[in-house]
Amino acid sequence: MSGSAVLLQFLNGLASASSLFLVAAGLSLIFGVTRIVNFAHGSLFMLGMYLAVALAPHAGFWWSVPLAALAVGALGALIEALLLRRLYAAPELMQLLATFALVLILRDAALWAWGPEDLLGPRAPGLDGAVRIAGSRFPAYDLFIIGCGPLVLGALWLLLRRTRWGTLVRAATQDREMAGALGVDARRLFGGVFALGALLAGLGGALQIPREPATLAVDLQVISDAFVVVVVGGLGSIPGAFLAALLIGEIKAFCIGLGYSEFTLAVEFVVMAVVLVLRPWGLLGRAPAPVRGPGAHEPPLALPSRSALGALAAVALGLCAVPLLSGGYALVLLTDILLFALFAVSLHFLMGPGGMLSFGHAAYFGLGAYGAGLLLLKGGAPMAAALLAAPLLALLAALVFGWFCVRLSGVYLAMLTLAFAQIAWSVVHQWNAFTGGSNGLIGIWPDGWLAGRTAYYYVTLGACVAGIAAMWRVLYAPFGYALRAGRDSPLRADAIGIDVRAQQWAGFVFAGLFAGIAGALYAFSKGSISPETLSVPRSVDGLVMVLLGGLHTLTGPVWGAALFIWLQDSLSRGFDYWRAAIGAVIVLLVVAAPGGLGGLLKARSAR
Amino acid sequence: MRPARLVACAAALLCGAAQAQAQAVRIGELNSYKTFPAFLEPYKKGWQLALEEVNAAGGVNGRPLEVISREDGGTPGEAVRVAEELLARERVAMLMGTFASHVGLAVANLAARRKVVFVAAEPLTDKIVWENGNRYTFRLRPSTYMQVAMLVPEAARLKKRRWAIVVPNYEYGQSAADSFRKLLRAAQPDAQFVAEQAPALGKIDAGAVVQALADARPDAIFSALFAADLQKFVREGNLRGLFRGTAVFNLLAGEPEYLDTLHAETPAGWWVTGYPWRQIDTPAHRAFLAAYRARWHEDPRLGSVVGYAALHTVANALRRAGGTDGEKLIAALEGLRMSTPFGPIEYRALDHQSTMGAYVGQLAQRNGEGVMVNWHFADGADYLPPDDVVRALRKE
Repeated sequence: MSGSAVLLQFLNGLASASSLFLVAAGLSLIFGVTRIVNFAHGSLFMLGMYLAVALAPHAGFWWSVPLAALAVGALGALIEALLLRRLYAAPELMQLLATFALVLILRDAALWAWGPEDLLGPRAPGLDGAVRIAGSRFPAYDLFIIGCGPLVLGALWLLLRRTRWGTLVRAATQDREMAGALGVDARRLFGGVFALGALLAGLGGALQIPREPATLAVDLQVISDAFVVVVVGGLGSIPGAFLAALLIGEIKAFCIGLGYSEFTLAVEFVVMAVVLVLRPWGLLGRAPAPVRGPGAHEPPLALPSRSALGALAAVALGLCAVPLLSGGYALVLLTDILLFALFAVSLHFLMGPGGMLSFGHAAYFGLGAYGAGLLLLKGGAPMAAALLAAPLLALLAALVFGWFCVRLSGVYLAMLTLAFAQIAWSVVHQWNAFTGGSNGLIGIWPDGWLAGRTAYYYVTLGACVAGIAAMWRVLYAPFGYALRAGRDSPLRADAIGIDVRAQQWAGFVFAGLFAGIAGALYAFSKGSISPETLSVPRSVDGLVMVLLGGLHTLTGPVWGAALFIWLQDSLSRGFDYWRAAIGAVIVLLVVAAPGGLGGLLKARSAR
Repeated sequence: MRPARLVACAAALLCGAAQAQAQAVRIGELNSYKTFPAFLEPYKKGWQLALEEVNAAGGVNGRPLEVISREDGGTPGEAVRVAEELLARERVAMLMGTFASHVGLAVANLAARRKVVFVAAEPLTDKIVWENGNRYTFRLRPSTYMQVAMLVPEAARLKKRRWAIVVPNYEYGQSAADSFRKLLRAAQPDAQFVAEQAPALGKIDAGAVVQALADARPDAIFSALFAADLQKFVREGNLRGLFRGTAVFNLLAGEPEYLDTLHAETPAGWWVTGYPWRQIDTPAHRAFLAAYRARWHEDPRLGSVVGYAALHTVANALRRAGGTDGEKLIAALEGLRMSTPFGPIEYRALDHQSTMGAYVGQLAQRNGEGVMVNWHFADGADYLPPDDVVRALRKE
């Protein structure tokens, strides 16, 4: 690279860093104060883009930006007041589920309002040309964007440091309960912060329209980037987010400048993994105040009653009888439900009793699936051997990734699992010769005695019931008790001689292994697998299943998986806006049953 | 109308409907409508129009045709489940549809496993008819290889030495780049490739990519970008002057789905493959255009043509087979000749690829909108590799 090329790529990096920061700032603010993992932040960004594109022909581009930002901010206030406010008393992660439902609803709403076509916005009047820098043309608007980042950073700094409202926000960021005890009205504070965060998302979106078209897919693209920036910077630290955006923006620009554009697939996740391993609370984050999270409040697991066990056995027996009644599609659907129930229970094992939130559990599911495919197609292993040995690949990955992950806690841990999952995904996606690249592996079918739908259903049923039972049983074994002790009170667990980290590591590997079993069964039921088996949406699906079912009951994830797959299957048939419909069902459930389906059942049986 | 008569009418209608359903030939259609709505909404309108035409003309073999359409979720796993549902519960005679290559390949593989004929309408991957081809799968659209081959003669004619490549980082982009390098080297041995960029699909960092390409000082650029990536690339390239004095060849950029979004940014002079629907003046296309506009009150996109031709493929195969037997359908589709809005095509017995072509031309701007000029129709049959090469790839 010549000197001028270095300078220009540096400027390009600054421009993308500024754009990244604008999205991440709002997310960081919201998370810092309300502890809400706001999945819908990318959707708010997307709405900002669409609104600005729609307003620009009437109001002009420069007016459309503040108008769109204000509109999105108002929507944020509405969302907080109507939906999230009802959930502050609910288990923390239910808010995550609610914002996930909003993603589904907002995307379909945008599709309905603006149609499917990508909308390229106007160039910014007055800044529609390029300026000469070091002999090359550089867009004038990009210079403006470069200035916007520090400007917003400065404004936020002033707001948080120099106003009374900002002082209260910082107090709540540090210690919510203490702030509440001192008479700060948390509701109003949270509402204001959420609206401000949404406004920043809308502003970020509106400012992007001269650089990129408004598309429906932008919501999920933006949200993962924004999360990475927030976590690398340190949760709740706005200057940290700025620094992280700068780091990631520049690394990406120079990857491209040096001709390694393939690395941009996962480079931000590599950066995040490295930062979190070296600095467990991000670049500028601080160790959080002692956790008074859900773990501490959770009632201990009681042994299931005789009647509950009987009911579960009856369900399993009923499932055994299904092939006698129907040989067709019911078996295909039930096979899927069983697989995902096993996957969801393994994730629940990690999140609930293990106390380790994971955003990347699909990595182990996907690696189990790829293990099966690779052993069968590349290794020439017989089917039974491939099916049995495949989960070992997931186990191996969980051993390595878990070793790093258990050194962190809370959302940092979750984001490190996400980073490893994305790195694994990008390897699978890029390694054409071995994993088949983006097309994946094709032709992974069971042979001989397992070829029929019924036979495969019975094998899946057996494996899933056994796997789920094993995981539940382990929770009442000494290992399970030690795991829960470590979650509820690490200090006391340590004091009585439990090696908390070792227990967590073992739990991580255990959960990974069972996800791998689900993945291997999945591969043979579908005949082909592609990198999406270990992608973020798959991990999110798992989270949704667990949360729908309820985090604090054992059987919840099973019902959650069944409901989610069934909803997808039945609503997507012949109904155009089925994503929004699923979102609406989730919102209703979250509001009506904050404890999830399992919580509902429990409440009924307790009556 | 008196109540009694009304009831009688309704009863007759219901009976008629029930009878028609009992007799109808059922086709299972699945596609990623929510993942790629810009292409697939016109596609759906295309096959719906064709379905109405087929049924208005008396259906196939004396039976009406019925399409059971499903969302495939955009992932291979869900698509396979949906296809299983269509086969097991709806008892469809054939499968049709899919968009993304990995989904198409997964459904094709399932089709072979369940021994049911699958007309892959849209997936572009070469593998679906070659490396991973199977007896049961037929593909309508010209593949990545074919569309690259259609651009290469123009590219070689310009005698540009220094080439840069930019493609989205997944199989379509990679195989487009590979085919282009191979075919151009064969046509013009002194061509050099001085830069290659493979940004993640949908996430191109356009400023940095344009700068990196400009730094390599290419005489010409080959691109396989489309949709949002293409829009970002075009705007940044225009702003930074990348396209001045540089010839650009861009697969698919002339398709209305992508071209119409560029408006005043449309770069003049680019060589593209696409569909200049306003200017195609053949009887077959005129008839299609009139029917489409009359039915939907909007202009067709390329997706409309693909959906339209895919459903007519299904109908013609059923007619030629005289029934829904799988083996007879394969025999009927192998060598099936039919007309489409793009002219006559044939499904090759050799590899089950149709010879549907594409329009090759240059981009220009008229009244702030993008159009194709200097275009000609490239018949797909002329841009396929020799038969022995295909046979070697297709190890059946």
